[in-house]
Amino acid sequence: MTKEADQSVVDPFAAALEVIDVKGRSPWEDAWHRLLKNRAAVYSSFIMAAMFLMVVFGPMLISWEPDFTDWDYTSSPPSLASGHWFGTDAVGRDILVRTLTGGRISLMVGLVATLVSLVIGVSYGATAGYFGGTADRIMMRIVDIIYALPFMFFIILLMVVFGRHILLIFVAIGAINWLDMARIVRGQTLSLKNTEFVEAAKACGVSDWDIIRRHITPNLLGVVIVYVTLTIPQVILVESFLSFLGLGVQEPMSSWGALVSDGAQDMESAPWTLIVPSVFLTVTLYCFNYIGDGLRDALDPKDHF
Amino acid sequence: MALLEIRDLDVGFDTPEGEVHAVNRLNFSIEAGVILGLVGESGSGKTQSVMGILGLLAENGHVSGQALFKGEDLLQMNASELNQHRGTEIAMIFQDPMTSLNPYLRLDRQMIEVVMHHRGMKKAAAIAKAIAMLRAVNIPDPERIIRQYPHELSGGMRQKVMVAMGLLSEPELLIADEPTAALDVTVKVQITHLMSTLREKTNAAIILISHDLGMVAGICDRMLVMYAGEAVECGSVEQIYYDPKHPYTQGLLNSVPRLDRPDDSGLEAIPGNPPNLLSLPVGCKFRDRCPKAFDACSEKPPMQVDEDKHAYRCFLGAPS
Amino acid sequence: MIQDSGMARHALWRLLGLIPTLFMLITVAFFLMRVAPGGPFDSEMLLPADIKANLSAKYDLDEPLLQQYFRYLSQIAVLDFGPSIQYKDWTVNELIGQGMPVSLTIGLAAMVLAFFMGTLLGISAALRQNTRVDYSLMGVAMLGISIPNFVIAPILILLLAVYAGWLPAGGWDWSIASMVLPVVTLALPVTAYIARLTRGSMIEVMHSNFIRSARAKGLPESVVIRRHALRPALLPVISFLGPATAGMISGSVIIERIFSIPGLGSYFVQGALNRDYTLVMGVVIFYGVLIILLNFLVDLIYAWLNPKVRYDERS
Repeated sequence: MTKEADQSVVDPFAAALEVIDVKGRSPWEDAWHRLLKNRAAVYSSFIMAAMFLMVVFGPMLISWEPDFTDWDYTSSPPSLASGHWFGTDAVGRDILVRTLTGGRISLMVGLVATLVSLVIGVSYGATAGYFGGTADRIMMRIVDIIYALPFMFFIILLMVVFGRHILLIFVAIGAINWLDMARIVRGQTLSLKNTEFVEAAKACGVSDWDIIRRHITPNLLGVVIVYVTLTIPQVILVESFLSFLGLGVQEPMSSWGALVSDGAQDMESAPWTLIVPSVFLTVTLYCFNYIGDGLRDALDPKDHF
Repeated sequence: MALLEIRDLDVGFDTPEGEVHAVNRLNFSIEAGVILGLVGESGSGKTQSVMGILGLLAENGHVSGQALFKGEDLLQMNASELNQHRGTEIAMIFQDPMTSLNPYLRLDRQMIEVVMHHRGMKKAAAIAKAIAMLRAVNIPDPERIIRQYPHELSGGMRQKVMVAMGLLSEPELLIADEPTAALDVTVKVQITHLMSTLREKTNAAIILISHDLGMVAGICDRMLVMYAGEAVECGSVEQIYYDPKHPYTQGLLNSVPRLDRPDDSGLEAIPGNPPNLLSLPVGCKFRDRCPKAFDACSEKPPMQVDEDKHAYRCFLGAPS
Repeated sequence: MIQDSGMARHALWRLLGLIPTLFMLITVAFFLMRVAPGGPFDSEMLLPADIKANLSAKYDLDEPLLQQYFRYLSQIAVLDFGPSIQYKDWTVNELIGQGMPVSLTIGLAAMVLAFFMGTLLGISAALRQNTRVDYSLMGVAMLGISIPNFVIAPILILLLAVYAGWLPAGGWDWSIASMVLPVVTLALPVTAYIARLTRGSMIEVMHSNFIRSARAKGLPESVVIRRHALRPALLPVISFLGPATAGMISGSVIIERIFSIPGLGSYFVQGALNRDYTLVMGVVIFYGVLIILLNFLVDLIYAWLNPKVRYDERS
């Protein structure tokens, strides 16, 4: 075959190839589609959205104040007639409004402490991953050491030693939970640093800052989102442990953990005092776990749990 | 009777985007003592057809048709029936020895389990046999190597271990999937030599799946060219190399550097891409890339066979 | 011929790594104790005479801090944790000695239960992937992770102790009946987590190429699972045992409180609330050392099961 014959044969094909429109999908779109298919995650998101709305706006709509003691109805079961839809506790405080305001504290601690973990974890992990070598080894060794310690005990210690200020709770819980985040971010940064597309970008003369902005950060984002969503329930759980033990937020503030603790005292005579906050707490943790799971599967599909 | 006869083999995979047709109505047969080369691009269906035959498809895969091994249809068997043949009469050597060997078990355990399970050999005898086989594949110091883990060996040695493992049960049919990919030439030669020795000694049949046209030319008797899940040309190696009838085969052979070509003719790639296996075109699947396509090619082309059993799926040269 | 399997070297390396961890633990404990406002070591605090006598007998509080630190270290080295502050006639060692057997029994039983139940459920789910059995098992597992133990415990007490009367609602008398509820409640979240972990790991392993190779060799599926899949599938679970125990120890604090069990967790919380710093520090160090040793053990087991780890260190 001569070259001229080839050319005349190739041209029509080039034209024909353009007709076929193969629509590409960015990995984010792919992930979004996968997430939407995960029914558990989708339902959980709706439930969590509803939870947020209830917790923020609910107490404004309910006529009872959280610390108002209704002496006509102490330890009364849920009923529409009494106006206390979810019943009252031993001193006549409305359970629903207490649960919702308690929810504000629990969720706020969840978000803020997670933010603390996020900031510490991402900066620590990214630094370790980016510098690599000895700095990385030392930093990760420190993480290993801290990981081995019984965190609950340390938090309790901190609470006892320094008092029960709410800011301290944010910091204490956040300071304990950043470890997982740091490990993940470091792992991701390390593997990203060594990928071929980063190498190619460097070879093309892309500046370090642009590399970080355009190549590393979007890839870190996925992993960070997943772990933030999974850290929130962990943090809420730790806070509720503390409150349950009486070491959490001070009165008059209350959180779900404290409410469950109170409810457990009266559970034989007034089970709703235990059940209502327990359900709210469990549902929140359950939903966040499913959302975090769904995000993880969507961004890194490997048919994991 | 042919040792293995494949009739109308179809392999498909259920994916969220639809069904991927990996293999479409594949027909071929192989006799004892014959080395058949299965050639084609990535995605042509060569590996999946073999996986389908042996019941090794992924969970979302399904296979239909007939795969008659010594007269019995493998596709109708359940796992335990298949296990009578797998590992004993039919052995498979996989493409990537790093992932195909169990990294958590020492080599001796992995090698001897086949003969201990199928042939009822005692451990000591099995290890002795395995060591002898390792020696036969030119692995030095086999008594020490056999106690090691896969990651402690080099790539070439791992591949040789895989070959040794496949040969250990003295199969009647050996299927080798790219057994020398990513290995250097000296190791390639050793392994191809092993396979022809096997055929000489035991009259085993070998299906060799490969991209490497040179290796296929060197060792195979017959050859099957696959494209988009179908057989497009089949014949003896001489027939195909000296007289390729299908335009795809011609394109393939043109794209390989050859010593018997003048230097200035250059390498010609086949323009375009293989079709999307999710939505295969009707008619000839090679049509969009074929320099000799014409109107009739929008229909499914017939398989033409000439007297020398050289078959090709094309309208060219067909009596009209 | 003795094989150099790399195990001995690996063990030694890991052992050396423990030392900084231990140091960090003890140092943090020490300085926290000294720094605590309102604590017995706060020089402005006026302490009752007998406590002061106990303390000065043990710790010379007029010494420079660094010297106190080394004195503390030397005391810890001989496992002397000092006198308790709230229980005036007891030393911390004696208190730990009382609480430890209880906590250890519960913890060990819970860990064993969690491991076997968790892996069993996880493997069952994995082998029936995407069937109803799988979905329901994993749904229940997710619930197990999400329900806090202080929610489950009262409910179980209500159902099994108060209404049904089968088990005691609390207390500890070394009888099996008094052990059931605390052990089960403690084990629950860990079991659930291990079940999910095992399932994911097993699924991934079953899809690997070497499992396909094993099937191609004509081995029966039970052999493929037992000999080829189990070990790599369980590796992440083994790794998890270290943090799992740490988590369980943390959880035991709550469990012991709810079930009124006189274990270390109870002593710890009481100590924390009553500002019995020596006791609190002692328990923290004790548990910390326990976790460190356990992690070391888990590390060894992991290296024994996963030959790749040993090899990587050699190169």
